[in-house]
Amino acid sequence: MKSSVITFPGSNCDRDMDVALKKFGFKNKMVWHDDVELPKSDLVVLPGGFSYGDYLRCGSMASKSKIMKSVINFANSGGMVMGICNGFQILVETGLVPGVLLRNKYLEFICKNVFVKINNKQNTYFKNIDNEVLEFHIAHNEGNYFCTKDQLKEIEDNEQIAINYCDKDGNTEEQFNPNGSIKNIAGIFNKEKNVLGMMPHPERMIDPSLSGEDGSLFFNNLINNLK
Amino acid sequence: MIVNEQVAIDHGLKKDEYAKICELLKRTPNITELGIFSAMWNEHCSYKSSRLHLKKLPTKGKQVIQGPGENAGVVDIGEGYAVVFKVESHNHPSAIEPYQGAATGVGGILRDIFSMGARPVAVLNSLRFGPLSVNGTKVSAKSASASRTRYLFGNVVAGIAGYGNCIGVPTVGGEVCFDECYSGNPLVNAMGVGVLRHDQLQHGRAEGVGKSVIYVGAATGRDGIHGATFASEELNEDSDAKRPAVQVGDPFMGKLLIEACLEVYESGAIYSVQDMGAAGLTCSSTEMSDKGGVGMELNLNLVPQRAENMSAYEIMLSESQERMLFVANPGREEEVFEICKKWDVPAVTVGYVIEEQVLRLKHHGKSVAELPLNTVCGATPIYQREAKMPQEVIDRQKKSAITWDVPEDINNVFEQLIQTPELASKSWVYQQYDFMVRTSTSVRPGSDAGVVRVEGTDKALALSIDGNSRYVFLDPKTGGKIAVAEASRNVICSGGRPLAITDGLNFGNPEKPGIFWQLEQAVSGMAEACNFLKLPVTGGNVSLYNETEGEAIYPTPVVGAVGLIEKNEHTTTQFFQNSDDVLLLLGETKNELGGSAYQQMQLGEICGMPPELNLEKEQTLQQALLENIRCGNVMSAHDLSHGGLALALLTACTEKFGISVDLKSDLRPDIALFSESQSRILLSVSPEKVRQIEASMREKGVKCFRIGKVLSAEISATVSSGVTKNFEIAFNGAPLIQAELRNLRDLWKNAIERVMQR
Repeated sequence: MKSSVITFPGSNCDRDMDVALKKFGFKNKMVWHDDVELPKSDLVVLPGGFSYGDYLRCGSMASKSKIMKSVINFANSGGMVMGICNGFQILVETGLVPGVLLRNKYLEFICKNVFVKINNKQNTYFKNIDNEVLEFHIAHNEGNYFCTKDQLKEIEDNEQIAINYCDKDGNTEEQFNPNGSIKNIAGIFNKEKNVLGMMPHPERMIDPSLSGEDGSLFFNNLINNLK
Repeated sequence: MIVNEQVAIDHGLKKDEYAKICELLKRTPNITELGIFSAMWNEHCSYKSSRLHLKKLPTKGKQVIQGPGENAGVVDIGEGYAVVFKVESHNHPSAIEPYQGAATGVGGILRDIFSMGARPVAVLNSLRFGPLSVNGTKVSAKSASASRTRYLFGNVVAGIAGYGNCIGVPTVGGEVCFDECYSGNPLVNAMGVGVLRHDQLQHGRAEGVGKSVIYVGAATGRDGIHGATFASEELNEDSDAKRPAVQVGDPFMGKLLIEACLEVYESGAIYSVQDMGAAGLTCSSTEMSDKGGVGMELNLNLVPQRAENMSAYEIMLSESQERMLFVANPGREEEVFEICKKWDVPAVTVGYVIEEQVLRLKHHGKSVAELPLNTVCGATPIYQREAKMPQEVIDRQKKSAITWDVPEDINNVFEQLIQTPELASKSWVYQQYDFMVRTSTSVRPGSDAGVVRVEGTDKALALSIDGNSRYVFLDPKTGGKIAVAEASRNVICSGGRPLAITDGLNFGNPEKPGIFWQLEQAVSGMAEACNFLKLPVTGGNVSLYNETEGEAIYPTPVVGAVGLIEKNEHTTTQFFQNSDDVLLLLGETKNELGGSAYQQMQLGEICGMPPELNLEKEQTLQQALLENIRCGNVMSAHDLSHGGLALALLTACTEKFGISVDLKSDLRPDIALFSESQSRILLSVSPEKVRQIEASMREKGVKCFRIGKVLSAEISATVSSGVTKNFEIAFNGAPLIQAELRNLRDLWKNAIERVMQR
């Protein structure tokens, strides 16, 4: 399976994603934001970090970079595109997924492990994962997902909510919401479910002696589903 | 502007220093030249008060590749790799503009690291503030001060987070302490750590006449002019007006600069490099030339500028951030420009290396400075300041350290103590730092040392920064020794062999004999410990004049230690791992409350003598522990420090594991719990290994006491009332503390958050 990770100026989880994808068998290429052509890929990843320093608005400038035209075309023709953290912010700025990401509720950067409940398994990302709950890691300042009432209804009707923040048993009460997101939303799909944006970092959970292994579960499953 | 003695004094120079400048130049300097002298001769850049004493610190060892003198120290870690590290202070800027002050502190130390050729892999920081709150609700000067302290604390943390997170370097550890003495003058010391292959090592010597000097990075603005001079004077009510002396950080440019620099190094297109930190272009150009035994000619019109009509004086003294100076290899300038262009980083040739050992500056076609380097760099004044032990120190030492009876309700005292910001969990702080980026952090903030793996090897680095200024205040020499010993102990507890240290020396005004005595004593104590423990000092920072309205901070040397974990499996944390593991206390507990957190809480001040430190015992303890950790005998190891045994027990517990302890002691129960005696470590070991470890400790002469066991916090001991008690301490068989772990952990874990969100 071939993957591409886009490096924007200020991306800083591009290396970590590269390590993770390779560990689980992807032939990964790093792609520069100023390139026009996307290499042939089964998966394109927009990594975490602070593209363009988060200046203006998180993800806004990166969403206008040269390579993004190809990424958007790729997504619109059914290609798998995953945006993690800043990558999710870039995705909402392109409109590939609905909604916006606001400052965290308590206006502080949050770095910690969280649990997320898989809300929809009818897609290439989560199909065949046995677990209902995964432990991932978050590190962000603007992960407070927000959308209008109409958008929310549409997202829910189309089953676009991918994962919600929860406790280790899968309870999704407000107290397990780290950043104030509507409905504890941690990640969403586009309508077709080939584009996934999420704040948590699965690539930080691929080594039990560092932090945990639920990321391994996710990537192993993903590459198997893509085969 | 006409330069005279008064202008020199306004630049922070002394009368005799100005006279010396005129004598060296055999003329009156012009204003640009005077500015350059003031920047190079201030305390921050010249170490003129501390230099004689810093010489006492050992700097050599077979592992040392680069000692003091370059931007950061470099130490071998085997397999062709080396670690680069240094601590730097940003105290004065943070007192005035906490967010930017702290942010640029992180940016500055990271530039020191990657200017040596290393990729930065970790940041740590050591912070000091005044009290976050006062008892009672009355509006008073003190409560206003506490409110300002909360503002400073919140913004310093946000500033470190804002810069470190964005630039993509994990913040893996550090410490925060609170004391009245830091109310007006907080301390912000940042430590940067990087890793390189030996062949990637860069240097800062400008050699080779005719080579191009290339300016790389952000454009020069009017920010930070005289930052280094400002850092070398006391704070007072006018200090707020010096806000423009605080630099403004751009972590995005910092990130691009790291990537561009590392790529340029890899290309081999440059000969040498130095960052522009304190005193900006002045310091980098003069130091590079001086080290190379050459001169430099710069055309200031070529320097990228972001403000209009900047004078030569302003361009030379600006401390705008995210800038580097390269000396290119002949004919390879275009390669540098190309790489920098890819990363959107400005790069331009601004001058060249000349044979004559002078700094020659041109602006608008005119010569604006012509300074022989043996005047600016070579003739820096060095002072042997007067040192005198103040009478109040003697009086304070003579006071009894314990003047109160055993409290009736020790449970309650313990609960109070663990909620003091000093001892409370710092999770509110480190949750704001991205400690996981680069996915190499195997021990997160909150344990004795942060641990990061070394990519491409099975090794890891144990990193710690520490310093207890209360001990130094009571007895600077002992306090200095303890600072080194404790930093080393933290690294050992994590499974690492300490390789070297970096020191951040924060003191008051060295012109006062009492303050200078503190400096002299503390450094000699540190030197003694370093020599004994064979820990070279490979670089560091001196920050003096930490005073507000004439009141000095406690003398605060902080020690950053780097240890090598030979195999990742040796990595050990302070946290209990299994229920029924046996708790062992290594080392002796004595009646030592001087300078302790418990004494501070009971008396509202500190007095008596700090705990003793026997370096021989310390060394034996550290060696014995490391040996046992490497054999795989130890499940957790935790240094006993602030708050003594009681706090160590609590902070080794997790959500899953509590304790049941019975202490046997002739001491008072509160002393047994809260004494801060040195050279003690709390271990948890699996039951089948206990005898082996005990024998090993006995053989080496390390005192080892079996004090209890780890409890599962889920299935726990119950007392008659039926309430779950999974944090139990008995004293000579009688119950002393019986608490519910969840409750204790909540008090401890959320204390700072509660204060900060009111």
